[in-house]
Amino acid sequence: MSIKEWFSHHHEDNVRAHALVPKHYWNPYLVGIGLGIVLMLTFVIMGRGLGASGAMSTVVSVVVDEVAPEHAANNQFYQNYLGDGTQSPFKDWLVFEVLGLLFGGFISGAIAGRNKIIVEKGPHISTKKRFLFAFIGGSLMGFGAKMARGYTSGQGLTGGSMLSLGGWSFLLMVFVGAYGMAYFVRRQWI
Amino acid sequence: MMAPFYKYGMFNDEVSLILAFVIGIGFGFFLERGGFGSGRLLAAQFYFTDMRVFKVMFTAIVTSMVGIYYLSYLGVVDISLIYYGNTYIMPDMLGGLILGIGFVIGGYCPGTSGVALATGRVDAIFYTVGGFFGIFVFGEIYPMIEGFMNGNNMGLINLPQFFGVNYGLVLFAVILIAIGGFALAEWGEKLMASKRKAEV
Repeated sequence: MSIKEWFSHHHEDNVRAHALVPKHYWNPYLVGIGLGIVLMLTFVIMGRGLGASGAMSTVVSVVVDEVAPEHAANNQFYQNYLGDGTQSPFKDWLVFEVLGLLFGGFISGAIAGRNKIIVEKGPHISTKKRFLFAFIGGSLMGFGAKMARGYTSGQGLTGGSMLSLGGWSFLLMVFVGAYGMAYFVRRQWI
Repeated sequence: MMAPFYKYGMFNDEVSLILAFVIGIGFGFFLERGGFGSGRLLAAQFYFTDMRVFKVMFTAIVTSMVGIYYLSYLGVVDISLIYYGNTYIMPDMLGGLILGIGFVIGGYCPGTSGVALATGRVDAIFYTVGGFFGIFVFGEIYPMIEGFMNGNNMGLINLPQFFGVNYGLVLFAVILIAIGGFALAEWGEKLMASKRKAEV
């Protein structure tokens, strides 16, 4: 395999004619090293890790606070994201990080020609059903992420690379949950 | 020691927000490069048909883990100033289980759904709306489960401390497990590919 093929993962995609991916992604180990370096730099620069669900919680807390301020004031969960009121809750590290994430994802997709309006699903499920599943899965994910005080990148990547006990316990259970459930929703994907 | 830079007061909060945006760009870029913007590809991990996301995730963990350990060894980074979240063992595990189930049903996690949104995946809109809903439900019942959430607080604890062994040893064990995982992933992909060929 030539260096170029290894880089683009081209070779493997050709061998596996059934490949799910129409466009060539980078070699996964190479991407992993890149992602790992971003994470490491975050530790070195900020003394914290990456995250995403925190930014979503800020949005939810602000909406609840707008609609029912008294209700939000009596709830410690929302209060954590609303701050002390001296500055906008959106002036938050994770909020800016997620804005960057959206931008970075868009740039990478644009370069590779992968930015397309499509629905990700297997061939045996209707679009409507896929949307319903996406909503249900998203709800469970939002709920679970808040219970674990972080999600795949917060607890998994960050906690994982700092060898956190909670992070690894969390990761283990994510795999248990996902592999345990996979059989029951296989019609959606394969 | 000179890092973490922020903790040593090398720049203010305003600058940290700009850095957050720049770091986010790197994060999103590599996630998309790895295929994390595709729900099908993410879900493929759980059927062993394409283990790309698994490989990316664990390579990232190992890279950052070894890198930060080395920088700490060199005396560049004070590892005790890095915040990675307290361990609340029961909420962490139950949350992980619920999240794992949600992952395979929904096809994304919050970060990857962001990349999916940015690259035009319509299902990611429904996923994200669901995510907001799930967080709202959690927020609403939070006062009722506050005891559970704040119980079992084990503080900022890592695996070496928990097992009472050397940090480097755990690091080495994780690397071995990761290499084993990669070998399994490569083998699983080949197995599923030959299975499919046999079916065709």
